[in-house]
Amino acid sequence: MVQFTLPKNSTIRKGKTWPKPEGAKNLRTFRIYRWDPDTGENPRVDTYFVDMDTCGPMVLDALIKIKNEIDPTLTFRRSCREGICGSCAMNIDGGNTLACIFGMDEIKGDVKIYPLPHMPVVKDLIPDLTHFYAQHASIMPWLETKTQRPEHEWRQSIEDRKKLDGLYECVMCASCSTSCPSYWWNGDRYLGPAALLHAYRWIIDSRDEATGERLDDLEDPFKLYRCHTIMNCAKTCPKGLNPAKAIAEIKRMMVERHV
Amino acid sequence: MADVNRGNRPLSPHLQIYRMPLTAITSILTRITGNALIVGALLIVWWLLAASSSPEYFAIADGVITSWFGDLVMTLSVLALWYHTLAGVRHLIWDTGRGLDLPTAEKLGWACLIGSVVLTVLTVAIV
Repeated sequence: MVQFTLPKNSTIRKGKTWPKPEGAKNLRTFRIYRWDPDTGENPRVDTYFVDMDTCGPMVLDALIKIKNEIDPTLTFRRSCREGICGSCAMNIDGGNTLACIFGMDEIKGDVKIYPLPHMPVVKDLIPDLTHFYAQHASIMPWLETKTQRPEHEWRQSIEDRKKLDGLYECVMCASCSTSCPSYWWNGDRYLGPAALLHAYRWIIDSRDEATGERLDDLEDPFKLYRCHTIMNCAKTCPKGLNPAKAIAEIKRMMVERHV
Repeated sequence: MADVNRGNRPLSPHLQIYRMPLTAITSILTRITGNALIVGALLIVWWLLAASSSPEYFAIADGVITSWFGDLVMTLSVLALWYHTLAGVRHLIWDTGRGLDLPTAEKLGWACLIGSVVLTVLTVAIV
């Protein structure tokens, strides 16, 4: 349902300003969303100052530095620090991206960091992705076959393999789905750009033999057709993929099989 | 589906913090102009109904629609109509699978914005 404002328990209060590090000359201001499930208070935005002369170039470097040197309670997900695990997806400077591959030189002014938008917050910058993963599971993200297994691997021509480029690279960071206003308002029933990109990845896989069933499953006013080509997904994808195009291709296949 | 809000978890901010790209702004404008056009169309229907009722009633309706305020509403309706038309054409192009790469999509967005203003100026100048 469309609700433009935040619920009462989610409105953001003024937070705490943490002390500046001593002796630092090149300070940068960070404004970071905080919510602690143990206090029962509303979320707040805390202000931190980081010495850029002793900090790495990426937003994740600064977050780790804050956690190590200023405030050990700051909570966020991170793992690979090179844009392949998708853990550190968050809203930085008004767009969703991976903190580990987003350079701070790309941001003007204060660095503003929030969790992925319109999601239930577990703590600080950590959103609950349960529903997002359940939607991914619902599109059957695996090879479905009916013919007997070949003796060796399932073969594919070079041209057919090329069709998967721009799709298989998705790391399921949820940046795209949580950037999509349609997903904000109808995320309970609309699958969102990430799950639909994955659906298309299996639909056009030459080895998959469940194309019809996959399309049947998506033939739904909400699952697929809540995409209005707003294109926030393509704009925000930290891997440079284009879920909007994948969704448009699914819609075309729907039309083609009806005529 | 999975239970997504155990306990009293807050909802993370969305419209409040998201920096909307051009494609998002041109998308919501399509919906806004579409809804505004319903109001414009109702005004025209009211004007026609008044014309078919009585000369006195038509004088009132015509007075409203040709006043400076009526002119403003009608000019904005022309702008909305052009914008909505161009955005519709953009959707037709997208529905064929073309123009969905970001640079082209953004160019199409600018074309809708600038095109609707130019066409409105032309329309008002000619009519």
